[in-house]
Amino acid sequence: MADQNEILAGLAEIVNEETGVETADVQLEKSFTEDLDIDSISMMTIVVNAEEKFGVTIPDEEVKNLKTVGDAVSFIENAS
Amino acid sequence: MVTLNTSPVEHYSKILSFGAARPDVVVTNEDVCQWIDSSDEWIRTRTGISTRHRAGEDTSALDLAVGASREAIERAGIGAEEIDGVIVATVSHPYATPSMAAQVADAVGATPAPAYDISAACAGYCYGVAQADALVRSGAARNVLVVGVEKLSDFIDNSERSISFLLGDGAGAVVVGRSETPGIAPTVWGSDGSRWDTVGMTHSLLELRNRDWANDPVQEGEKVWPTLRQDGPTVFRWAGWQMAKVAQEAIDAAGITAEDLGAFIPHQANMRIIDQLVKTLKLPDSVMVGRDIAEAGNTSAASVPLAAHRLLEENPELSGRPALQIGFGAGLVYAAQVVVLP
Repeated sequence: MADQNEILAGLAEIVNEETGVETADVQLEKSFTEDLDIDSISMMTIVVNAEEKFGVTIPDEEVKNLKTVGDAVSFIENAS
Repeated sequence: MVTLNTSPVEHYSKILSFGAARPDVVVTNEDVCQWIDSSDEWIRTRTGISTRHRAGEDTSALDLAVGASREAIERAGIGAEEIDGVIVATVSHPYATPSMAAQVADAVGATPAPAYDISAACAGYCYGVAQADALVRSGAARNVLVVGVEKLSDFIDNSERSISFLLGDGAGAVVVGRSETPGIAPTVWGSDGSRWDTVGMTHSLLELRNRDWANDPVQEGEKVWPTLRQDGPTVFRWAGWQMAKVAQEAIDAAGITAEDLGAFIPHQANMRIIDQLVKTLKLPDSVMVGRDIAEAGNTSAASVPLAAHRLLEENPELSGRPALQIGFGAGLVYAAQVVVLP
């Protein structure tokens, strides 16, 4: 099972690949929409890639609750 | 016990021709920005759409359907009287009954061909091709006209942000007829009614009829007429990944590989969905991709035949090559098949 730092690093790579945002800028307290300027479509791509990378399931209705990078890291940590 | 006659099963089918009708009014992103707070750059980068064509008040969905049908019949090199099946896929025919297909059959001179509409939204054209293929191969029909047509501008709210700014009007048509070699591979199709609410109308006509207008009057800016809306991110996820699986199944069902394809002609919902499908399917660069959406917008049932028509106009060397076409949308419903381009 991946720890929080590993999940954050993996998620940062996915965000970088989809949006070009620097991995160093993908921090727990950052909001996907407000701080990282990620729209709802890119967010879905990130979610699907995160599911594949971490072997978890993130349902559609859960995605809107993932407001910050920390929300996503916690969800993946608890789901894996 | 008597033995009934049945249609001989001895024919392959193929698409004989495409036809298209694109309405005159070009709606730019600048036009759209009069109705919603956005910009040309935002719309282009988020959707890949620069313009969409819409029909004016004097042009009906039927007019568009008939225009596309006439071209398809002419290019098929047959007389309209040889059409013995008319299938119209649409969600924008403004009558629950009678069908638009009966009007189309009459207008093009195909009476008394059996004629009916199908409601499968953005998958409607591919559903129609599946049916036409079965009708021709079974001997139930010899030449079937399949039309995907929409005048979605009658069912949008320009101030709505989830789908309206994507949508355009238009019609695409094919004639499916007999072939000496297989021209339409098995269709992979299905539905998921558990997600009926993902794309559809704001409310039903019965809600409109039953509203207590005296005590519940129309609010300022309210659109009384039912209009389209969608849950865009959910549709994107379903289309970009689930539909890639369906598309791959259609390639497998045809007994070919992606390398054998001349073209990929997906429903033109959003350029990002098209890009995602190409990526998920790992299509080689040699496969030409229908990207009509940039100029035509999302025309629902019309989008696949319109995109195919444009690809063939611009790349006549695709004639005779296999193309993977896939439609997906409100229902949710989907259909994909590999066809040989005429």
